Amino acid sequence: MTSNQKQIANFFPRDRSWHPKALTPDYKTSVLRSPTRPLIAFGNSLSETTGPAFGHDMLGPLDNDLVLNFAQSGMSAIGERIIVEGRVLDERGQPVPGVLIEFWQANAGGRYRHKKDGYLAPLDPNFGGCGRTISGEDGSYAFRTIRPGPYPWPNGPNDWRPAHIHFSVFGHGFAQRLITQMYFEGDPLIARCPIVRTINDPKAIDQLTARLDMSASAPMDALAYRFDIILRGSRSTLFENRLEGN
Amino acid sequence: MTGPTDSPLYPYKESPSQTAGPYVHIGLTPNFCGIEGVYDSDLGTTMVSDKTQGERITLEGRVFDGGGNLLKDALVEIWQADSDGIYHAKASPDFSGWGRCPADAETGVFRFDTIKPGRVPFPDGKLQAPHINLWIVARGINLGLNTRIYFADEADANAADPVLSRIEHRDRVTTLIAKGGAGRFSHDIHLQGPQETIFFDI
Repeated sequence: MTSNQKQIANFFPRDRSWHPKALTPDYKTSVLRSPTRPLIAFGNSLSETTGPAFGHDMLGPLDNDLVLNFAQSGMSAIGERIIVEGRVLDERGQPVPGVLIEFWQANAGGRYRHKKDGYLAPLDPNFGGCGRTISGEDGSYAFRTIRPGPYPWPNGPNDWRPAHIHFSVFGHGFAQRLITQMYFEGDPLIARCPIVRTINDPKAIDQLTARLDMSASAPMDALAYRFDIILRGSRSTLFENRLEGN
Repeated sequence: MTGPTDSPLYPYKESPSQTAGPYVHIGLTPNFCGIEGVYDSDLGTTMVSDKTQGERITLEGRVFDGGGNLLKDALVEIWQADSDGIYHAKASPDFSGWGRCPADAETGVFRFDTIKPGRVPFPDGKLQAPHINLWIVARGINLGLNTRIYFADEADANAADPVLSRIEHRDRVTTLIAKGGAGRFSHDIHLQGPQETIFFDI
């Protein structure tokens, strides 16, 4: 049996000079985990332009609230309460609605709730460190959390990660799948971090740096940081012998 | 920030990737790493039900680094068509074409219980051989890796596949073909070395 599905337009090619290269020796783990042979390119098929969709009905009421979603009743996570908000857009600036965004982070002391993290800083019994949401019709998303702490990691003799939140984002096509990290405006550790520095272009690093957004803050509750996420755009043209699916 | 760039035609650039890191499980499979009670279950663990149409298969794999070491902290997602070659963005109760599996912390094995996908057309109308799309992230991988899995028991379809056909170095094609048959397939991925898996720029 075969499909008669119609293909939507191709995605813009990924700008691989904007992303980190696979081999970035100052981030030591990449040395043995970076493919060495050239990637093979081919035009998108349905295998690349389609992808899984997730409905709002899968979300629990606290999925986007890391302050409370692991906390015991009446308790909340320790740390600076913050709201992270922004939009998911594509490279043409169009909103990308209905996509699943997952995030995870260390607690306020820089410690992850993970058996492989042995950092001295204590776990917070009321903080798990994971959350998720789905972008709205206008591409917008928001969640509440605490500001994660920086932490040392075994790479160079004294490397520290800047405070950061990990993001996993789906698009409408599997080829848009993306994982990245969000940093905080003004953090002096950003410029010193070997993982940040896998990115060559300062403008690209700037794109991962959330800005304090007083207008979105909740008075007497939480400061807000704005972080827009950009996914690959797709070519949409009437000159490709198909008028549907754009 | 997402301000205009030097390229005025397309004012926005894709957010640059950063590694998933060693604690990816917290975000994507929290129950797997002991964070229970936030989500009922981890996403992507069940792809089929008793009612799913098509040939049941199990697919097991491992990921190796350039030193021949198993990656025990990789996370793999797959995306595939149903047995009729149709991709379902919205999962039905009977089949989700999407799966997510962390490598086992001891054995490094990832495993999917799914069905053999049907054939999906290429843009030129030719049929692709049955295949599953993979996306691999881990500590040390700066940008998620895209590859495919084809099936050893689909030799004729593989020989005519438009993607496999364009691979110049024919000895590398086998790096994309899962071994096995009769519903059980295994597939190792090598990030480097003489058996380096083919990765795609899709």
